[in-house]
Amino acid sequence: MSSPFSINGGAAVAMVGKDCVAIACDLRLGLQSLTVSNNFPKIFQYGDVFLGLTGLATDVSTVSDLFRYKVNMYRLREERDIAPSTFAHLVSSSLYEKRFGPYFVSPVVAGLDAKTGKPFICGFDSIGCIDFAKDFIVSGTATEQLFGMCESLWEPDMTPDQLFETISQALLNAVDRDALSGWGAHVYIIEKDKVTKRLLKGRQD
Amino acid sequence: MPGFDFSNYNRNAALHARGVPLPKATSTGTTIVGCIFDGGVVIAADTRATSGPIVADKNCEKLHYISSNIWCAGAGTAADTEFTTALISSQLELHSLSTGRKPRVVTCMTLLKQHLFKYQGHIGAYLVVAGVDPTGTHLFTVHAHGSTDKLPYVTMGSGSLAAMSVFETQWTPKLTEADAVELCSQAIQAGIFNDLGSGSNVDVAVITKEKTVLKRGYVKPNERGQKLKSYIFPKGTTAVLNEKIIRKEDLGNYVSVHELSTTEDDAGDKMEVDA
Repeated sequence: MSSPFSINGGAAVAMVGKDCVAIACDLRLGLQSLTVSNNFPKIFQYGDVFLGLTGLATDVSTVSDLFRYKVNMYRLREERDIAPSTFAHLVSSSLYEKRFGPYFVSPVVAGLDAKTGKPFICGFDSIGCIDFAKDFIVSGTATEQLFGMCESLWEPDMTPDQLFETISQALLNAVDRDALSGWGAHVYIIEKDKVTKRLLKGRQD
Repeated sequence: MPGFDFSNYNRNAALHARGVPLPKATSTGTTIVGCIFDGGVVIAADTRATSGPIVADKNCEKLHYISSNIWCAGAGTAADTEFTTALISSQLELHSLSTGRKPRVVTCMTLLKQHLFKYQGHIGAYLVVAGVDPTGTHLFTVHAHGSTDKLPYVTMGSGSLAAMSVFETQWTPKLTEADAVELCSQAIQAGIFNDLGSGSNVDVAVITKEKTVLKRGYVKPNERGQKLKSYIFPKGTTAVLNEKIIRKEDLGNYVSVHELSTTEDDAGDKMEVDA
């Protein structure tokens, strides 16, 4: 049997720009080579923080709901929204708690710090090791393709418009070389006072 | 709730029994070293994190804080080194608060080995523990199964052989601080250039009786050159089917907040409050 990380397929990527961040995912849900749905978004919003989840779809749903619960409880206890870096550590500890029976997910976090406005992105392995990156984070079955696209297309201090084109082209061209990902994409561009969500036109094969 | 949660364990074990491979965790691949000098100890690490053959992080931190006078370099499963050092750091802080004494390196080493031995090697943390305490300067290695060593110079991780070759040819007793830092840096660079699991930069921490200095990016022999041209796409390159913009100022359309007056004659009962 194949790896739980590549049964359903899917890809996600986050990037840093100048005073903005972007996070994007594909929309495919499959069962091995059979595509079951072309509308399965893998990005979840908790207040001002965005979480991308790829991996085993049942765990993607479970984990996204678990963090919705945890973030809501945090907001009630603290009477404030959770900061991206705080959320990153919440994700990390929650995953490491299951060190010996992990969820098969590769999370990506993106957001702007509400106080300083500083862009924040990070990624995790399935047991909660945080990858703090200054540039971009990739995850999913198209990881290798995304690494190649991002490493060549990304450059520092992109405007929101430039960031959108870069992350979109990186994702679209990466998933076109991955049989298990694609079938459209969602892209979020997060700025200080607005969030833009776009649905991209992608190949349907 | 303290400790690990095994609720997914049976599911994953059943999957594994049917031939599903285990998830690959981020490994630190790694070259880490430590060396004692006259008056203190220095530890150093490379900054590459790998996931299989993929470089997952080009500039990660492998030198972990335990206390102001004790630092730890970690190799093996990245999450395990991160959380094991954080756990022992916390226990040591509480211990030092309750005893009113500075934490000792042997205490740290003992807590680490007892924790790792308890988990029979399943927690894949391979550590170099170094520090200066009231009993002197100390340098240890701790293996995932719980064994420890006490030596004047140590190396660990996949680049340990490359690094040890430098120590074995260059090390002399009674090094100065500058010599020890240089020797450790050379040992890490031997790992960076000769071991595929190690790469990028050299991080160094120098611990003396007086203070600890963390030199993040002490040597950067693998800087990426600036791109000569740009790949930025003109606006409108990507076909968009739908766009939705949510502005912070428009959030009032969905939620409204009304400030209520607090005068006595307001309608409604006052909420009961415990005296």
